[in-house]
Amino acid sequence: MQVGTLLAGPVGWLVIGYLGSLAVLLIASFWEVDPLSGEVVRNLSLTNFQTLIDEPVYRTIALRTIVIAGLVTVTDVLLALPIAFYMAKVASRRGKALLVVAVLLPLWSSYLVKVYSWRTILSENGPLNWLLDPLGLHGPGFGNVAVWLVMSYLWLPYMILPIYAGLERIPNSLISASEDLGARPGHTFRRVIMPLVFPAIVAGSIFTFSLTMGDYITPRLVSNNQFIGNVVFNNITNDLPLASAFAVVPILVMIGYLLVARRLGAFEHI
Amino acid sequence: MRVERSAPAGMAWLLIAGLAVFMLVMAGCGSSSDSSSSDELTEVGAGEGQLNLIAWAGYVEPQWTKPFEQQTGCKVNAKVAGTSDEMVQLMRSGQYDGVSASGNATARLFEGGDVAPVNVDLIPNYETVFDDLKDQPYNTFDDKPYGIPHGRGANLLMWNKNDVTPAPDSWDVMLDPEKAAAYKGKISAYDDPIYIADAGMYLKFHQPDLGIEDPYELNDEQFNAAVDLLKQQRQNVGEYWSDAAKQIASFTNENSTVGTTWQYQYFALTGDNQPMSASPASQGFLPKEGATGWSDTWMISNVAEHPNCMYKWMDWIVSPKANAQVAEYFGEAPAQSKACDFTTDADFCDKYHAADEEFWKRVYYWKTPVADCGDGNSDCKDYNDWVQAWTTVKG
Repeated sequence: MQVGTLLAGPVGWLVIGYLGSLAVLLIASFWEVDPLSGEVVRNLSLTNFQTLIDEPVYRTIALRTIVIAGLVTVTDVLLALPIAFYMAKVASRRGKALLVVAVLLPLWSSYLVKVYSWRTILSENGPLNWLLDPLGLHGPGFGNVAVWLVMSYLWLPYMILPIYAGLERIPNSLISASEDLGARPGHTFRRVIMPLVFPAIVAGSIFTFSLTMGDYITPRLVSNNQFIGNVVFNNITNDLPLASAFAVVPILVMIGYLLVARRLGAFEHI
Repeated sequence: MRVERSAPAGMAWLLIAGLAVFMLVMAGCGSSSDSSSSDELTEVGAGEGQLNLIAWAGYVEPQWTKPFEQQTGCKVNAKVAGTSDEMVQLMRSGQYDGVSASGNATARLFEGGDVAPVNVDLIPNYETVFDDLKDQPYNTFDDKPYGIPHGRGANLLMWNKNDVTPAPDSWDVMLDPEKAAAYKGKISAYDDPIYIADAGMYLKFHQPDLGIEDPYELNDEQFNAAVDLLKQQRQNVGEYWSDAAKQIASFTNENSTVGTTWQYQYFALTGDNQPMSASPASQGFLPKEGATGWSDTWMISNVAEHPNCMYKWMDWIVSPKANAQVAEYFGEAPAQSKACDFTTDADFCDKYHAADEEFWKRVYYWKTPVADCGDGNSDCKDYNDWVQAWTTVKG
């Protein structure tokens, strides 16, 4: 009973504030709007989902969002693995502390400041083009590539930290044993380290994938392309039910992703 | 042990029960949001000390808000919005007393029951507002004025003098697929469904056989032609903007060289010695097709917490001196006829055609597209269609 009383606050918040807002979102996705005022009419229907299926543009946008979220995740895994490995297994104590600070440092500054700096970096007269110009090259400019670059940068710490934590947990003796038994470094990495660190990679990928899928500010600032979040944002005033219906798409994708992640063992050590 | 084991199951039931109750509550409050139409004020009392406004960039600036605050004791808190959609959304939060709404927001705010009629007898300066701004379909509903005209202007065609030669006199640099291709990736277009009207206006001039009368009243065929034109333009657009600061940065960084803009950005860029040019005063600021534009109206929320301060503000912003200041600062024609005596540039009102009713016939003020567009057939595309089409244009 006492445990129940203690939990009442947080659970109440979870039910009303968190799941409640999701419930509202789900209900709203079945509502309609009055064409003149844009006011919500509370009639249940499937028109919004019908629109999402009938109009090819929504499929394009959903696909673009999912593909870029996937690319950002893969990029961050490739970048994070060597960094995290160096932090966990190679660096001295001092070096390790410095690297942890270096990884966390970008999280101390505002998200907007970081995206706007990338806007400057990638702009026509920006530092990137200035650097590439002597080589006869030209930066990617604004577009999908820019979104991919910026998102990979933004969410990299969320990938490094879980992988680092996962690698820390692997006893060094396992690596030594593998070497003693004659495995080459590559073989040790594939057969000993990877299986043990894999759940941590999946855990990190949940962050990078979901954060990319939900973002709408970066696509707006460094490209002209719409993500799911942009369409939701643009429709909120005028057609809240359609916005809600489209917002259900990333929820479904994330549920699928989490189910796969659970099968891959991402939640076994939580 | 047994108690602890059963706890998660109990918790799950609690969650489900909670959700069910919540959904019932949500379904139950179905009709409670209908807003009662509030009556207009009958007299202006003492100020409430605060005033919360939603405004376009450059409409609420210290030069004219400071004296207002000193005189009335109403402290002005302004929230700048980038699009009409944003304004409607902010007004519906119920946290603001008033808004400088353009014609594509006013009807929606009225239909949504978000604004109250204005008793113009309580606004002494209303009398000398230009006559062709009063009783217009975008600021008067049910024969009642729903706001005080603020000022009007035309959207500008702006270009970088170093990159765009000769100086264009037509929107075709942005909208003709062949001519616009010369500036591929450098074109800056406004990011709002209402921008479809720019294509409508362009087609009215260049494809008269489509029979477009009003760029906001488009039937299926006309609308599809406009949307197709914008889809072609999409290939050449470098950036869609809805935030004035973002567009200024784009032109400064040479990410954009030609685009549609407001006087506010144009003056900010030329003030910063950027090589920008716009349709000159000698052409009446208009490319040959004319231009879309705005005629803005200060509207009062029907749940305004500070109605007295809002009435004082509506009178203040059309008082000759303040209206002259805001018009010159932003670069638009004042709504107050007497403002012309207070502009620092004596010819300001002439340059901006403030009193030239003929001139304004070539400016298509933003307004909300509706299905019933006058001929009784309801065959025009409504704003929902415009929003949907805008999503497909941007892709």
